[in-house]
Amino acid sequence: MTVPKTLLGLLEREPSYGYELKRDYDTFFGRGKPLPFGQVYATLGRLARDGLVEAREPEPGSGPERKRYVITPTGVAEIACWLAEPVEPEPHLKSLLFAKVVLALMTGRSAETYLDEQRAKHLQRMRELTELKRTSGLVDALLADYGLFHLEADLRWMDLTTARLRSLEEAVRS
Amino acid sequence: MTARSPEHGSPGGELLQAHDLHLSFGATPALRGASVSVRQAEILAVMGPSGSGKSTLLHCLAGILTPAAGEVFFDGARLDTLPEAPRSALRRQYFGFVFQFGQLVPELTAEENIALPLLLNGLRRAAALTQAREWFARLDLEGLERRRSGELSGGEAQRVAVGRALVTRPRVLFADEPTGALDSLTSESVMDLLTTAARGAGTTIVLVTHEARVAAYADREVLVRDGAVTDRVIV
Repeated sequence: MTVPKTLLGLLEREPSYGYELKRDYDTFFGRGKPLPFGQVYATLGRLARDGLVEAREPEPGSGPERKRYVITPTGVAEIACWLAEPVEPEPHLKSLLFAKVVLALMTGRSAETYLDEQRAKHLQRMRELTELKRTSGLVDALLADYGLFHLEADLRWMDLTTARLRSLEEAVRS
Repeated sequence: MTARSPEHGSPGGELLQAHDLHLSFGATPALRGASVSVRQAEILAVMGPSGSGKSTLLHCLAGILTPAAGEVFFDGARLDTLPEAPRSALRRQYFGFVFQFGQLVPELTAEENIALPLLLNGLRRAAALTQAREWFARLDLEGLERRRSGELSGGEAQRVAVGRALVTRPRVLFADEPTGALDSLTSESVMDLLTTAARGAGTTIVLVTHEARVAAYADREVLVRDGAVTDRVIV
């Protein structure tokens, strides 16, 4: 789910060849799960079909036949919209939250604003689960607790990330 | 205070307001333009990292600290410019407080601790103890009336502190990390009882906490960062 958006975000940073995108994806987002080349080009093909990127034909005599991919204005709008939108709070959001923060920093957007919006959305969900606990039986309360503890873990990660944003920005843009 | 009685809500339902508060401790700024409003009967969580200024904001809203600049209103009237004596009287009459540690008087029993604010307000001992005892069932403390604080568990002591804060039926309850020293289950029980009792009485709560699960008992939260308030409206 995050691969197309992540590649789009990497392309907003700068036009890139497929192998550069794979390298950057693996460096920042792969974490031991490298993106197969086949998936890189299949994803770029779908992004091009949807008008979010354009494949520039290689210049004659510029070496191997490689296409360079460039994000379109529609692609920029798509990524801006995605990065600004908090995700639905649910357990196991690590890859989504992480991708949004890193891509926001890479593309010069405010990761702090995104994190504040996400924090508010998480707390709203926690309020709903707390109310559910107050008004339901013990079995439902146990399930609500599972959600509450996972959301709380996300929030603690968000707080720490917010405190580290300046150093993170330097790390991802260097 | 103005002629308008604090027994009634202010227009628009805003009971407490702070505008552009500034306060430093020595060379260290604690509040840098903090503004916040709390509505009548609302439970507001004030969150933020350690040292962000959230407790200082609570103390300014409660009239315990006086900001160097800015304004604090309680029920439409200036609180921060009141001299200490009437401000202290106002606190006793309209505000209740729950803190993290060491709130109970160790020489007194649990019921005497709850009765204490009533005694300080001039109520006779027998009447104060009768009112205090009404809180033991509500706070799941039955049978512990004669225990001293050293004979109570952390959760029981904190529920006694909640009773003491609510026994005067305050307009506003200020709670600063009220569950900070408790385990998860006890913390949940204290928050359940505190918020249920406050909602039943229409009491406004300003709740300072760094714990999201505690803040989730509130109607709304604001985030204090570097002495200023990030107030996000949640739809």
